[in-house]
Amino acid sequence: MEDSTSQKQEKENQGSGEEERPWGEITAASQDPKPGLSEPLESEQGPETGPQSRSSPRGSPQSRDSTPLGDLTEPGATSSPWPPEEPSSTPPLALSRQGLEAPWQSHKATSVIAEAETPHSDHLKQSPDEAEPTHQTRQATGNTFPRFQQTNGHLYEPRDMSCNNSKQKELRFDIFQEGDSNSNCDLDEAEPEEAPSVLEIATQNAKAYLLKTSSKSGLNLYDHLSNMLTKILDEQPENAVDIIENISQDVKMAHFSKKLDTLHNENEMLPTYEIAEKQKALFLQGHLEGADQDLEDEIAENSLPNVMESAFYFEQAGVGLGTDETYRIFLALKQLTDTHPIQRCRFWGKILGLEMNYIIAEVEFREGEDEEEVEEEDVTEERDNGESEGEEDDELPRSFYKAPQATPKEESRTGANKYVYFVCNEPGRPWVKLPSVTPAQIVIARQIKKFFTGRLGTPIISYPPFPGNESNYLRAQIARISAGTHVSPLGFYQFSEEEGEEEEEVESGRDSFEENPDFEGIQVVDLVESLSNWVHHVQHILPQGRCNWFNPIQKSEEEEEDDDEEKEEEKEPDYIEQEVGPPLLTPLSEDLEIQSIPPWTTRLCSNLIPQYAIAVLRSNLWPGAYAFCNGKKFENLYIGWGHKYSPDNYTPPVLPPVCQEYPSGPDLTEMDDPSVEEEQAFRAAQAAAVSPAEENEDTDEDEDDYD
Amino acid sequence: MDAESLLLSLELASGSGQGLSPDRRASLLTSLLLVKRDYRYSRVLFWGRILGLVTDYYIAQGLSEDHLAPRKTLYSLNCMEWSLLPPATEEMVEQTSVVKGRFMGDPSHEYEHLELQKVNEGDKVFEEEVVVRIKEETRLVSIIDQIDKAVAIIPRGALFKTPFGPIHVNRTFEGLSMSEAKKLSSYFHFREPTELKNKTLLEKADLDPSLDFMDSLENDIPKGSWSIQMERGNALVVLRSLLWPGLTFYHTPGTKNCGFIYVGTGEKNMDLPFML
Repeated sequence: MEDSTSQKQEKENQGSGEEERPWGEITAASQDPKPGLSEPLESEQGPETGPQSRSSPRGSPQSRDSTPLGDLTEPGATSSPWPPEEPSSTPPLALSRQGLEAPWQSHKATSVIAEAETPHSDHLKQSPDEAEPTHQTRQATGNTFPRFQQTNGHLYEPRDMSCNNSKQKELRFDIFQEGDSNSNCDLDEAEPEEAPSVLEIATQNAKAYLLKTSSKSGLNLYDHLSNMLTKILDEQPENAVDIIENISQDVKMAHFSKKLDTLHNENEMLPTYEIAEKQKALFLQGHLEGADQDLEDEIAENSLPNVMESAFYFEQAGVGLGTDETYRIFLALKQLTDTHPIQRCRFWGKILGLEMNYIIAEVEFREGEDEEEVEEEDVTEERDNGESEGEEDDELPRSFYKAPQATPKEESRTGANKYVYFVCNEPGRPWVKLPSVTPAQIVIARQIKKFFTGRLGTPIISYPPFPGNESNYLRAQIARISAGTHVSPLGFYQFSEEEGEEEEEVESGRDSFEENPDFEGIQVVDLVESLSNWVHHVQHILPQGRCNWFNPIQKSEEEEEDDDEEKEEEKEPDYIEQEVGPPLLTPLSEDLEIQSIPPWTTRLCSNLIPQYAIAVLRSNLWPGAYAFCNGKKFENLYIGWGHKYSPDNYTPPVLPPVCQEYPSGPDLTEMDDPSVEEEQAFRAAQAAAVSPAEENEDTDEDEDDYD
Repeated sequence: MDAESLLLSLELASGSGQGLSPDRRASLLTSLLLVKRDYRYSRVLFWGRILGLVTDYYIAQGLSEDHLAPRKTLYSLNCMEWSLLPPATEEMVEQTSVVKGRFMGDPSHEYEHLELQKVNEGDKVFEEEVVVRIKEETRLVSIIDQIDKAVAIIPRGALFKTPFGPIHVNRTFEGLSMSEAKKLSSYFHFREPTELKNKTLLEKADLDPSLDFMDSLENDIPKGSWSIQMERGNALVVLRSLLWPGLTFYHTPGTKNCGFIYVGTGEKNMDLPFML
């Protein structure tokens, strides 16, 4: 033992110089073991490295012992620093290669450290064929590391002996190799490919992982480790373990990476930058216009809501978006009011979508309202006319079915179209004006339940076919939510005198209101305790889909006075009653319950400091709708998915009734064909009536026919 | 969300409109620390809030060293006094499945449920209506358990399995990369795996046993029960459950910030197939 260690040290000192040249070759080989294996020479080279690598911990002294054999042994010794490489690379390759190489490769791989040469050589001398199988089976069955450490222990002593008589062993090398490979050839057939075990896959995966190239430095850990070890073994520092970090750093620094200029430039246009660029415009807005003297005018006719103030109160209530997002919305609203003739603007809320969300602004225009909608109507009318004209040409009975008369949509600035809504997906993106809502859309939107996707053009595919795309559905939901959840403290709004009177003549309900200048505020406690202190200030939407009743019958009479045929039909709808909903400014206490669930929950925002708390109102009918009032100020906000709550699951609407067939009556049933007897009787009757002169001719003709 | 970084997490998750009022935040920061001390949890999560008609339940969860071990759940009505909830059992879930509608906000509230039971009297078998009373606390337990099992999620790599079995926080987790953050497969259910053992060997071959020991979201039924969005110009990824609306998961790609919060009514969205 002592001899061997002293030998090692000596040889180490000597060896460093000698080894330099082979090192380069070896690193190349070790990085890519495949070509070596595939070559035909491989059966010679492989075994040379193989046995040496088995004795890896002691590898270097041995190699120096074997200096006489120089070229042959040194490569083997150098392979010792790469124990991780060997097991990972060789076994799978060997297996894929099958046949001759497989067994000894796996053998080598698993017993990288363990195997000593002497046992082999001894065995080979005595009985090469018998000795090998023991090794093979051992490794094939148990490829685990503990096992291989055992073998290491067993074989340790014989190995030391081998150091002493290494020259002899070296001489035997050639014999050994032949014997080894031969014996493996035999074994190969006996042991089919049992080895593709989990371990091998794991090692393969591990190697693949190590070879993953970093996009930053272009290096991979595998090469880095091998370079490091090369460096260490080249330089043989005294305290390698202590300065391993520095070595690693040095190796990295020494690595020369050429910056490869690919043809196209790096165009890193991440969406992050894109939106940041757009939002920058929001923040810059103020600077551009700030210097003008318009500033005073702007402040005078301020249409921008104080979003931050209401956001503060909503935060007290535990609702709302983050401060940062709120401020961006605030800026986006400012952008909106600057670019459109807007009299009044409000942050309506946010509707969540699957891919993107909607931020919704409620505005009232000053004067100019765009005229796109008018055009749309014309188009639809024309289309209707065209269809009816086309059908008139036919004389066949036309379909009596008439589509139920479409309820006209309400004028802009009245009813459900009182406000105009703008949406955007993210503050900074352009605002899109939503089309005005039609009653049909509201009626159908009540029957369906769909998630918003976040793209306005998405078609809505539903059972009662929805007339429009997602923008219309969104608008309908906004109308419904507004009508249900926009509330104000009692007394804040009052009916305006002039307009109210005018409209009272036409309709029973009054539909406009103004702010009460004498509003003195309400005690917060009262607001919390009684729902009757809150009133709706948005008109109720009738089942018809409008806020103001539209009588379908009257109109139909006027239009179709000429059509006498349809008077019968007109009698039927006479008893359609006018749909009436709760009038404007109805207290919330009269809201309908949802199956014993109260429609509203009121609460003080803080129980700890009730003096300064505000009243918070939460809708249970529209989860996500909130209102607050601090006595003087109030605001409504909706943040949610845009769906109504129901304790039961959604049920698709019932199919329309199947039309009854025409009743079988005298106008449908036909008589039997006339029989011969009847005809003859008929003829006889005729004959009697007609003059006898003509009788002959007729009979002749008839006889001809019947023959 | 972690109790320690509550404020940052709340800010990140605020995109869904679910926040906490300042007094609630302050009291949570105080009381959750005390909970951690008293119950000797290694980590306390603020789980969320179940909206009741009268009051809300604030829910917190305590984690032990092993993160996948059954979690202890606590609830509070005022964010200061916390009470421990019993662990949910199969029986509870079954029993409370008949209750519909909103929570009241009173743990001692009893739901009445009419049930037909078969009664044997001699030879006759007839059905009798029996009033079953179910306490709201039981329902709370089972709903929290259901939500936890269905939609509590965690990004891939945030936890790792130690060689000895227990699951720990991965200190080297640096957040998902941008491309990973957009895929459902990089998020895991924060519970014991149930689907994993049903996978084929081929599917398992690519899994890393120390990281992929939980079920990933991509196989959730029905497909499309998650909405995944990039907010704040791709600086924040937000997952919202559509099956349990109210659950929001947030993660800032490239950082360790991640977590989920549930603010909702505690009702499952059974209408999902109609709504997609």
